[in-house]
Amino acid sequence: MQHPVKKIEVSNLRLSYGAKEVIHGITFDIYENEIFGVIGPAQSAKTSLLRCINRTIEFSPDAKLKGTVKVDGSDVKTQNVYELRRKIGMVAPLPVGLPITIYDNVAFAPRCSGVTAKSDLDGLVEQCLRQAALWDEVKDRLDSLGTKLSGGQQQRLTIARALSHRPEILCLDEFSIAIDPITTMRIEDVLKELRKEMTIILVTNLTQQARRLANRTMFLWNGEIVEVDSNDVMFSDNPRNRKTYEYVNGIFG
Amino acid sequence: MFVETPFVRKKHRRELLAKCVFGLMAGAMVVPLIMIVSYLVYQGAPLISWEFLTTNPVGGMRRGGIWSALLGTIWLVGVSLLIAAPIGVLAAVYLNEYAKDNWFNRVINLAVINLAGVPSIVHALFGLGAFVLFAGIGRSVLAASLTLAIMTLPVIIASTREALASVPRSFREACWNVGATRWQTIRSIVLPNSISGILTGVILQVSRAAGETAPIMFTGAVFFRNIEAGNLFAYSLKEQCMALSMHLYTVTTQVTGAPKPLPYAIAVVLLATVLLVNATAIVLRVYLRSRKKW
Repeated sequence: MQHPVKKIEVSNLRLSYGAKEVIHGITFDIYENEIFGVIGPAQSAKTSLLRCINRTIEFSPDAKLKGTVKVDGSDVKTQNVYELRRKIGMVAPLPVGLPITIYDNVAFAPRCSGVTAKSDLDGLVEQCLRQAALWDEVKDRLDSLGTKLSGGQQQRLTIARALSHRPEILCLDEFSIAIDPITTMRIEDVLKELRKEMTIILVTNLTQQARRLANRTMFLWNGEIVEVDSNDVMFSDNPRNRKTYEYVNGIFG
Repeated sequence: MFVETPFVRKKHRRELLAKCVFGLMAGAMVVPLIMIVSYLVYQGAPLISWEFLTTNPVGGMRRGGIWSALLGTIWLVGVSLLIAAPIGVLAAVYLNEYAKDNWFNRVINLAVINLAGVPSIVHALFGLGAFVLFAGIGRSVLAASLTLAIMTLPVIIASTREALASVPRSFREACWNVGATRWQTIRSIVLPNSISGILTGVILQVSRAAGETAPIMFTGAVFFRNIEAGNLFAYSLKEQCMALSMHLYTVTTQVTGAPKPLPYAIAVVLLATVLLVNATAIVLRVYLRSRKKW
C-alpha cells in the first residue's frame, strides 16, 4: 500500500465540560477509505470525540476544546460549519426518526442543500434506504411517518439519512445497538462496499465488530489513547499494550 | 399465589381514597362554572335576541341593543392580536431556538416573566402615558389595542416557548447533524410540531383581552358611541370605541333605571364571545393534535 492520504488529523485534542476534562490530549490520524474502529468502555469519550469532528460539540455551551481537528487538511474551526457537517454523516446511538414521512426523512438533507428535482430525490432516497437495508421493508409506505417505525427500523432510517447527503466521512456511533444480528450483518456488508467511496469511523462496544470490519482500531480509555494500530496487531495475541489484549479478550479487571 | 395481606388491603384503601379526593376536586371545579353560566343565562335570557346584538343602545343605554359595544370588543381584540401574535411568536422562537444562555438573554427572560405578572391597571397607566400622550396617538382603538397587546405579549411568549420546548431536542440535533441550518430545522421540524400549542396559547389570550376593562378604559373605550348598525367597519383605528366589558361596567354602576336583565344579557354575550373563541381553540388543537407526529 502506498502512502495513505490523511482524511482526519487529530492533534493534541483536549476537551473539557466545565471543569471536568474528558479528553486528555489525544493525537491520531484517520486515513482516506479506511474503516477506523474506536473501542473503549463507557465514559471513554468516544461520542464526544465524534462531536468534536463535526462540531456539534458547539451545542454544549460548557464544552471547551483545545488542540486541533483537521478534516481534509484544514482545521474544522475555519471551515463552514454546514459544509463540514454535510461532509460528515453522523449516526447517533439512539435512533431518531424525524416526525415527517420516511421519504422526507431521507430527502431532508439533500433538500437543505438545494436538491429539489423529484427525479433526483427519488433515486437518492431509494439508494440510501437500500444501503441502510431498509428499502424492502418500507418501499410500499414511504409516505408513512418516520416516527411510526420500530426502533431498529428508525436506526436504519438514521443511517439512510446520514448517507443521504453523500458524505465523505461516515461516523457510526453504536449503530447496531437496536438492530438484530442478521440485519447488522447486512449493514456491515454495505459498509465494506461504502469504504470504497468514503472514510468510516466505527465507534462500537462490540470489539468483534471492530475486528470484523475495521482496518485499524483505536482503544480509548478514560479519554486517553491506549493503542492505535492496524487490526492485525490490535487483535493479535501480542498487541503493543497489554491492556488492549485484556480488553479485547474480555479479561479485564 | 396472591395473598391479601393487611398491607395490600391498606394499599388499596389508600388508592381508593386518593382517587376519590382528586376526582371530587375536579368535579367541584365544574360547579361554579355551571352556576355562573346558568344564573347569567336565566337572568339575561329575556333580553337576548338577534336584534339585541345588532342594534345600538338607545335612551341613555336603557333600551336598544349592544351592537357598538360588541363590535368594539371584536375590533380591540382583533387589532391587539394582530400586533401581539406575530411579535410574541417570533420573539419566542428567537429566545428558544437561537438565544444562547448568557446574561443578556437571561435578562430578557426575567423581563418576560415579570411582565406577565404586572396587573392590568398598571398596563393601563403605561398605555395612557406611552401611546395616548407620549406617542400622541390619542384615545383610540389603536392605543387601546396596543395596550392590550403589551399586556398579552409576555403570556404569548411564555406559552409559545413552552410549545417549542416540547419538541424533543434529539429532532433538532438530527437535523443539525446533516448540515441543516437552524432556520431550516425550525421551519421543517420544530414549527410544524409545535403549531398546535402555539395557536392554543395565542387564542387563549383572546379571552383575556376581551374581558379586561382597565387597560382600555383610559386608552380608547368610551361610555357611548352611536355607529352604523350592521356595518363591521363602522370603527376606524383613530376613533374611540365602546367595548362589552366597559359597557357592562357602565350599565351596572353608572346608568340608573336600566332594566334588570340588561347587565346579565351583556355578560352572557361577553361570555359567549369568549367561549366561542376558546371553542375554536379547542377544535383547532384537536385537529392539529391529530396530525402530530410522534
